[in-house]
Amino acid sequence: MSSLNLDQLYRRVIMDHYKNPRNKGELTDGGLTIDMNNPTCGDRIHLTLQVEDGIVQDAKFDGEGCSISMASASMMTQAVKGKSVEDAVRLSKAFSDMMLGKELDDSLDLGDIEALSGVSQFPARIKCATLAWKAMEKGVDSDANPK
Amino acid sequence: MLTKDMKSRFPILGQEVNGHPLVYLDSAATSQKPDVVIEAIKRYYENDNSNVHRGVHTLGNRATDEYEGARQKVADFINASSVQEVIFTRGTTTSINTVAQSYGRANLSEGDEIVITMMEHHSNIIPWQQLAKETGATLKYIDLEDDGTLSLDKVEETITGKTKIVSVMYVSNVLGTKNPIKEIAEIAHRNGAVMVVDGAQAAPHLKVDVQDLDCDFFAFSGHKMCGPTGIGVLYGKKALLEDMEPVEFGGEMIDFVGLYESTWKELPWKFEGGTPIIAGAIGLGAAIDFLQEIGLENIDKHEKHLAAYAMEKMSEIDGLTIYGPADPDLRAGIVTFNLDGVHPHDVATVLDMNGIAVRAGHHCAQPLMKRLGATATARASFYVYNTEADVDRLADGLRIAKEYFSDVIS
Repeated sequence: MSSLNLDQLYRRVIMDHYKNPRNKGELTDGGLTIDMNNPTCGDRIHLTLQVEDGIVQDAKFDGEGCSISMASASMMTQAVKGKSVEDAVRLSKAFSDMMLGKELDDSLDLGDIEALSGVSQFPARIKCATLAWKAMEKGVDSDANPK
Repeated sequence: MLTKDMKSRFPILGQEVNGHPLVYLDSAATSQKPDVVIEAIKRYYENDNSNVHRGVHTLGNRATDEYEGARQKVADFINASSVQEVIFTRGTTTSINTVAQSYGRANLSEGDEIVITMMEHHSNIIPWQQLAKETGATLKYIDLEDDGTLSLDKVEETITGKTKIVSVMYVSNVLGTKNPIKEIAEIAHRNGAVMVVDGAQAAPHLKVDVQDLDCDFFAFSGHKMCGPTGIGVLYGKKALLEDMEPVEFGGEMIDFVGLYESTWKELPWKFEGGTPIIAGAIGLGAAIDFLQEIGLENIDKHEKHLAAYAMEKMSEIDGLTIYGPADPDLRAGIVTFNLDGVHPHDVATVLDMNGIAVRAGHHCAQPLMKRLGATATARASFYVYNTEADVDRLADGLRIAKEYFSDVIS
């Protein structure tokens, strides 16, 4: 049995983020808190964000899920830290486009995130990859439009 | 053991998936369909398609005969005492909701109790949660034993004189446990409650006798037993059904319609508002013929054998946990498991890339998952077309998954 196709999904950098998640934990100094789950599979993320002056100063995540969802959460927190809310949301949109297999704007530096591009070929797993990004968007959106 | 030839009766199983011959181990979610069921539906649409119970014309008569003939097959299949006790629904979920919305609303009030178990599928939890909220009744759970079975002592403790409804799954879709329905029904009746059975994972696999079980309601789905999706059954004892109000109103279910008042048809049609699922019922009838031909005892034996074989093969894999009773005699053909350090989604993806279809997730049983201390699990479920060779492929696939993720597990 060949595992060729699996390597397109489980890139080395993804497995590294799964095994050694970055920004795992919780910010305790009263930032934004977002809890989201994927009701079809039980994946769960608890995201905390520190947003000041329109900049994502810090981000941490906790949760349970598969390698794709947890690696994606790790990469997301790494990518948005230090970015403006505007840029973070722009990156999230680009991520969604990547999941749909769309061509991306060359000017965007995706870094590690590009390793997740293979997920687009596994439709059942796209929701795993987008969970953390949706949580981040929901958080900064509620910050921009407080109730 | 059923023969290998059984596979050839299921056209879908002849294909390759991701470059490997398909091994379908997700029958607890939905079973595949044999040639005779597909042909019965095709023959109906090509020859007899018409609405039932209204036409004077020949096609209408044929469609009605076939639809009502399917009802008789269902009645015989579960040993109902009358064909009037068999209501066609959309599936198990609709059947249970019908009991909750009709019998439940009419008979429950504040202070009454509804008793279910910790292993139920969401379809046998949420209708009762809603009913409890609407009526002020209390919803109570019977806890599990650590081996994934129910203790009759705990059943006795939980059901009281205030209990009006007891609803329990016959076979667990996660643990594979076969529950002692007959004994639980006796306890329910002794306390003045009605017994509802979620038979979704039982009807496809073992001989069901509603009179022997002495249950008051029995719900199951066609699509898990070789029939099409969209058709299911609610069995109810005639005396109860006669006193119950319909939950859906409209065409087909009425006797006389006035401007402000209407009356209902007799059983079972008063519960079948609108044009019924005619082709679905006919497909289910063909599925029942197919299963009866094999024999439910043979199916039960075959699956028990495969589950025992799978548990033996899988226990050879280090770091693999199997949930549910260790004794194969206490369970059906469902083996739920986890591989240490590898999330079940990842296990399922690796298996899928090797042509093996399993389920991964919470199996619509979130309270049970919490009780088991797992957020998700993987599940292999067996049916008439599975073989020992399929189990061997599963074990090989699990070894591949383990090796693939060994870097992470270490």
